[in-house]
Amino acid sequence: MMTNHGNRITQGQFSFLPDLTDQEITLQIKYALKNGWAVNVEYTDDPHPRNTYWEMFGNPMFDLKDPAGILMEVNNCRKTFPNHYIRVTAFDSTRGWETPRMSFIVNRPKNEPGYRLVRQERDGRSMGYTIEPYATDKPEGERYS
Amino acid sequence: MSDSKNAGTAARLAGQADDAVDLEAEFKASNIQEVLDKLDRELIGLKPIKTRIREIAALLLVDRLRKRFELTSETPTLHMCFTGNPGTGKTTVAMRMGEILKRLGYVREGHLVTVTRDDLVGQYIGHTAPKTKEVIKKAMGGVLFIDEAYYLYKPENERDYGAESIEILLQVMENNRDDLVVILAGYKDKMDKFFLSNPGMRSRIAHHLDFPDYSADELMAIARLMLASQNYRFSPEGEKAFAEYIPLRMKLGHFANARSIRNALDRARLRQANRLFAGKSRKLTRLDLITLEPEDILVSRVFKEGQPDSEVG
Repeated sequence: MMTNHGNRITQGQFSFLPDLTDQEITLQIKYALKNGWAVNVEYTDDPHPRNTYWEMFGNPMFDLKDPAGILMEVNNCRKTFPNHYIRVTAFDSTRGWETPRMSFIVNRPKNEPGYRLVRQERDGRSMGYTIEPYATDKPEGERYS
Repeated sequence: MSDSKNAGTAARLAGQADDAVDLEAEFKASNIQEVLDKLDRELIGLKPIKTRIREIAALLLVDRLRKRFELTSETPTLHMCFTGNPGTGKTTVAMRMGEILKRLGYVREGHLVTVTRDDLVGQYIGHTAPKTKEVIKKAMGGVLFIDEAYYLYKPENERDYGAESIEILLQVMENNRDDLVVILAGYKDKMDKFFLSNPGMRSRIAHHLDFPDYSADELMAIARLMLASQNYRFSPEGEKAFAEYIPLRMKLGHFANARSIRNALDRARLRQANRLFAGKSRKLTRLDLITLEPEDILVSRVFKEGQPDSEVG
């Protein structure tokens, strides 16, 4: 893909920017905590854009005052899954929202092979198109290793 | 060539020595005096504690100045252990500590998270670590206050999960020094025993503060402060009666310093309400409602039978 050089997946906030530094992550988390959102760390090795529900790393973290605790978990998660996608999400429980308000990737595999285009021939010579990550050819846990 | 280099170094050193900083101005800018004054005003007695807080404040201030000259030193550890008899103000001081350390710029948020064994130690294998970590994460940027800390370690049960919790705490106290301050509190003898079996804990705590018992005069001052905060006051005779009450109560068993005083005042308020109710034929003024008379205090069993009113502690 010419528009996405190097096949970096672009999901959530800041994904077109260079990777955030720990300091920048801290500032973003601080913003989320200031708004009273619950911040979680999640990981996956399935980069498909429709893969919405990632695994949560550890327990959800409520009632935190300071970003240091969350950054600690982010670093723990990086240590455990150095070659997975890791994202930080901030959930807003206010009535009417009840949804993640922030989500950004904080860790990605060293080598992201990207997606292949899959064509499906249907009735009457019509074509169905979809994409499929190259990484998901391998079973879970063995991708990106 | 080496001469000119030396000369350059000397000039730089001299230059550094010249642009002196004003300690006084820095002190004023930090609002520390205000915090210390508030501490003096609102906490009676506790000389050694106040001295130590003053020392810590001075250290942090000097550290900040040193940083300006790029004289780096490691962040001082401020983990503390409060020991003392019941009711000597351990929890009260811990609550203040968060605010004080925030003013001094040592912690970022300055909130206090109070926990006991139940909040740290789990009930089954694998439950303790996440539980302890959750508490630690909540306390980051502030103060973690562990009340009755000696319960964490139960030597008589070797399968107890308390040791695991202590392990995690120690690790965090060492590695995340910038992120949180841990304060342990408990009665002196039990804490001594706790440290004997956990030498690692003892060495990681820089400040061991022992809270002294209050004298009768100090307790009287505390009583006055407590009443004022609840919009009550003694009549002159009432004050005399309470001054007699304090030494008598101090001699009896289960005396818990300021906590006993608070209980005594609560009972006096109860009796005052009863007295006002009994004499309800007459109109009450504002003064009647806020004044504690001697008869509210003298009925106490401390005077009659020489034993505390029905209370524990």
